[in-house]
Amino acid sequence: MWGLASYIKPYLKFVILGPLFMILEVFFDLMQPKLAAHIVDFGVVARDFNVIERTGILMAVVTVLSLVTGVGCNLFASRASQNFGADIREALFKKVQTFSFDNMDTFKSGSLITRMTNDVVQVQNLLQMALQGLVRAPSLLIGSVVMALIINLRLGLVLLGTLIVLIIVLVLLIRSSSPLFAAVQTKLDAVNTRIQENLAGIRVIKAFVRSGYEKEQFQAVNRDYTEISIRAARFIALNSPIVTFIMNGCLVAILLYGGNQVSSGLGKVGDLVAFVNYVVQVLSSLVMVSGLLMNVTQANVSAKRIREVLDTHSAIEESKQEKAAPIAAEHVKLEQVSFSYNGSTAVKDLVLKDINIEARRGETVAIIGATGSGKSTLVQLLPRLYDVTSGSVQIDGTDIRELPLLTLRRQIGMILQDAFLFTGTIRDNIAFGKPNATQEEVEAAAMTAQAHDFISKLPEGYDTKLGQRGVNLSGGQKQRLSIARALLVKPPILIMDDSTSALDLITERRLRDALKQLTEDNITFLIAQRISSVMEAQQILVIDEGEIVGRGTHTELLATCDVYQDIYRSQYGKQEVSCGKQQSFRS
Amino acid sequence: MANSNPSDPNASTNKASSNFDQMGFRPGGGPQHAGVPKVRSKNASGTMRRIWGYLKQQRQALFWVILCTVLTSVFALLGPYLIGRMIDDYVMPKQFDGFVRMGMILLGVYLLSALFTWFQQYMASSLSQNTVRDMREDLFNQYQRLPVQFFDQKTHGELMSRTTNDISNVSNTLNQTVVQLISSVLMLVGSLVMMLTLSLWMTLITMLTIPLVAFITKRISKYMRHYFSEQQKQLGEVNGFVQENISGLKVVKVFGREEKAVEQFREINERLRAIGVKAQSLSGSMGPMMNTMRNISFLVIAVFGAVFAYHDMITVGVIVSFLNYSNQFSQPINQLANQYNMFQSAIAGAERVFEVLDLEPEISDDTAPKSQQALIHGEVVFEDVCFGYKPEVDVLKGVSLHAHPGQMIALVGPTGAGKTTVINLLTRFYDIRSGRITIDGEDIQQLDKQALRQQIGLVLQDAYVFSGTIRDNIRYGRLDATDREVEEAARLANADVFIRKLPRGYDTELSAEGSNLSQGQRQLLTIARAVLANPCILILDEATSSVDTRTELHIQEAMKTLMKGRTSFVIAHRLSTIQEADAILVIQDGQITEQGTHDQLIARNGFYNHMYQNQFAASAQ
Repeated sequence: MWGLASYIKPYLKFVILGPLFMILEVFFDLMQPKLAAHIVDFGVVARDFNVIERTGILMAVVTVLSLVTGVGCNLFASRASQNFGADIREALFKKVQTFSFDNMDTFKSGSLITRMTNDVVQVQNLLQMALQGLVRAPSLLIGSVVMALIINLRLGLVLLGTLIVLIIVLVLLIRSSSPLFAAVQTKLDAVNTRIQENLAGIRVIKAFVRSGYEKEQFQAVNRDYTEISIRAARFIALNSPIVTFIMNGCLVAILLYGGNQVSSGLGKVGDLVAFVNYVVQVLSSLVMVSGLLMNVTQANVSAKRIREVLDTHSAIEESKQEKAAPIAAEHVKLEQVSFSYNGSTAVKDLVLKDINIEARRGETVAIIGATGSGKSTLVQLLPRLYDVTSGSVQIDGTDIRELPLLTLRRQIGMILQDAFLFTGTIRDNIAFGKPNATQEEVEAAAMTAQAHDFISKLPEGYDTKLGQRGVNLSGGQKQRLSIARALLVKPPILIMDDSTSALDLITERRLRDALKQLTEDNITFLIAQRISSVMEAQQILVIDEGEIVGRGTHTELLATCDVYQDIYRSQYGKQEVSCGKQQSFRS
Repeated sequence: MANSNPSDPNASTNKASSNFDQMGFRPGGGPQHAGVPKVRSKNASGTMRRIWGYLKQQRQALFWVILCTVLTSVFALLGPYLIGRMIDDYVMPKQFDGFVRMGMILLGVYLLSALFTWFQQYMASSLSQNTVRDMREDLFNQYQRLPVQFFDQKTHGELMSRTTNDISNVSNTLNQTVVQLISSVLMLVGSLVMMLTLSLWMTLITMLTIPLVAFITKRISKYMRHYFSEQQKQLGEVNGFVQENISGLKVVKVFGREEKAVEQFREINERLRAIGVKAQSLSGSMGPMMNTMRNISFLVIAVFGAVFAYHDMITVGVIVSFLNYSNQFSQPINQLANQYNMFQSAIAGAERVFEVLDLEPEISDDTAPKSQQALIHGEVVFEDVCFGYKPEVDVLKGVSLHAHPGQMIALVGPTGAGKTTVINLLTRFYDIRSGRITIDGEDIQQLDKQALRQQIGLVLQDAYVFSGTIRDNIRYGRLDATDREVEEAARLANADVFIRKLPRGYDTELSAEGSNLSQGQRQLLTIARAVLANPCILILDEATSSVDTRTELHIQEAMKTLMKGRTSFVIAHRLSTIQEADAILVIQDGQITEQGTHDQLIARNGFYNHMYQNQFAASAQ
């Protein structure tokens, strides 16, 4: 929690004023029993009606003051906590926007979302509580003891002694319960994981007729969880009876001891009345403290999770260069590029090894290779979604690490494998990279991407709203929209990362034809699985286990590259190899 | 999330507070108040009756909980009375015979009270946990029974929230709120009775503050509700925005739109900030207000008590008792409203759970007697089958096909033509609208779904793996398979090679999303799973589309062995995959437009030929 202290700073005023008001409120509250004692001793026992009147008015004034200070404290605390929460949320959001793909892989997206939502609410509530309850309870506690000591030293000492015992007992209880709660959390996670997986894999479960098995599995984790939660709850159940009994025992002791004092003339009845009230105050504040302490533990975990995000440094460092020199993107060069996800240069960790590529404007570089061979990683180095481990990537002779990120990424249009669409209309999605695009531009991009036809057929056309993740579209349709989205920004460098895999062959063919005119002025990087997608490229790179094992045109590769021949055969069948060769030789 | 967790701080605070005869306890700080949304249920009494149905199974525990609650309340009421007596009978007249004995009685009362409190909570925790355990299990079992359609319509998040949050809500309520409600009412009535026995006038004066409390509580909660729901709305918006941004973060970055995103976020975050300050200020004021109410009644009792005592109408001991009782009296009133809200929201949660439980399970929709007859040949016939996911849209318009045992049937056609739908119908994930599907001459509508699916091996486009080891994942196909059989299946599916390369081999733990394997590798696992299941009908729905073509070639070889003697349906984009099929069916716009072998269809020079030639067209140019 302390790690987030810097976010409290702007609201330091409130953070100081809040507790201050709370202490005042407690002070006023604590005056009440003392005043009541005064009424009893000097009004009732001493039979002085004036005292009753005057003390009554005083009590009323104190009540009003207590209200004013209490509300004041809350206002300050609310301002501090809500602003604190909002600031952290913003800081988190900003931070996450700077995350590299690497960072994103480290934190799972689900976990990131929880951190930015639930965890923030937790720490926000904690601050609110800290400024109110966490100040109130100890002040009440200390105040009550002090008042008790002032009224009657000996009785006060009894109270103090009990308190010390009580605090020791409480600490012991809380301490021995925490492993139990950790176990509860683990078991709960197991239950949730089971449910989550069953929801996600329901087709598989049904197809394999495994409902019975799943039920059994779930029953086991569910019972486990229930058992441990009962144990934990029963442990917690000890808490309040023990605390209450100790305090009530103290009350009895005070009554007996105080009664004797009164009888021997050492004490006054009113004092005893006040005492009983103070003991009760102490009791209630203790209950509050133990409740709040558990909140603190929980919020601390949240704070830690927030800190983890805030303390993460983007794996991609922004270039020092502030001036954005315009880049023409005439020429892209990868020189001896190696890459590993963990930054190690050991051969076994390398995902890409000694890659050299050169491309000029108007050229298409196609990359083909097995799943997991490193194709996607390779193209993700261009917009610096990852940074090279060794070697360099240059655009027009400048190392891309010297370019401001935004300048670099503006030059690159990238179509990712996963066609993610945002909530909003189809038009919003296509115009994502250029929100002020005209309808003509949007339609032109959609037409090239072969999306215009199906969009026009939708009842609401370009204004069709897409649900969460665009669920009401097919995979192929989503891919076409994500292609249109990239085409609209007309980037000098276009990267297509296996982005036509869900299209049928005819649609893909049309798309390729349409793209041809558009990309004449571009440098295009194209990752594909199908030979038909890559065969027209000026340069085809065959990647196998992170290395370029073949380089050339379709014809050249077919003649020289084993891996390429293999791939070709796998797609066209044996009898077609010669035919394909002949056809391509003709061209 | 973990509301059912007994460590839940609100839970323990509230639980504890209800059993204390304390003063000055301010229920909740601020945030707890705001944490209880007011949700109205649709049919509260019906829902309660159903919860009662669950509770009944724990009758014994329930009995003890209620008994202990009553006893605890009685003892809590006795305490202040005895204190008053001690002051009046012994301290004031300064006579101390039996004073210590009285003190011991008081101590005994407190001890019993503590014991009963403990026992009550001891029983309550198993009562509530066992009850929600049963509910959770029922819900889970219901998920297993519901048709796939249900899961296609609901988001996982929504269903998750029903199984976790809603049930936790019920558990919390059972654990504390119900007990608290009982004890609140008892304390309310009990305090009133005790006060009346002590002094009628003092009671009336103490009551004066009640309308005030009620009025203020009502006013504040009215405003609070408004701001609170507004705050929830804004919070929802922020969360929604965050969720989408994170999910699409890669796209945001690729388009360099981070700044714009921050700008948008700031806008909604500012709205949340503004409403948050207001809502919190208001709901947080509830505490000081209640504190003031308590102070006022303290003041009233002290002053009027003194006046009455001055006129010898009451004794000092009565004042002391009253100071305690008034607190025991006002506390439940303050809490009742809060508890009522919690109760309401739990009922609403339970309702959402029951809603799912009440849905028609897919098994019971078979009205006809189920045939358990084993399907051994795998002759599949579709006769004029029509189907649509929505009543107004037909996806399949009169599809007929005939697959002889052991044949390989390929389904090809443009995206969205209805290929996957054919599979959904064959497995009875969905039921046909008209026409007939038979296997070995048996109408599948007449077959037990479980028995039907047991005969069908399915490999889907989306390769789903469960968390657990690789071995467990493959074994999912046949639970009693030996390790050797598992490995043999992996070998057949060409997965053995990559599995052995992993540091822990078959014992590699997969994460829930399977993110430590590539999609191709995951698909190989699911294929191995189907291999192990050894079904008589095999369905490969784009099973190899995410595997590169070279790997696919290897799988196909394995598949060829596997498909021998089995009827198989293959859906594929890559035509090379299916050239050897016994029959290729071209589906366009919900109808079969062409069928025949590869050569026949090429000769026909129709859509298939067009598609096929397209693969080579590129090289021809």
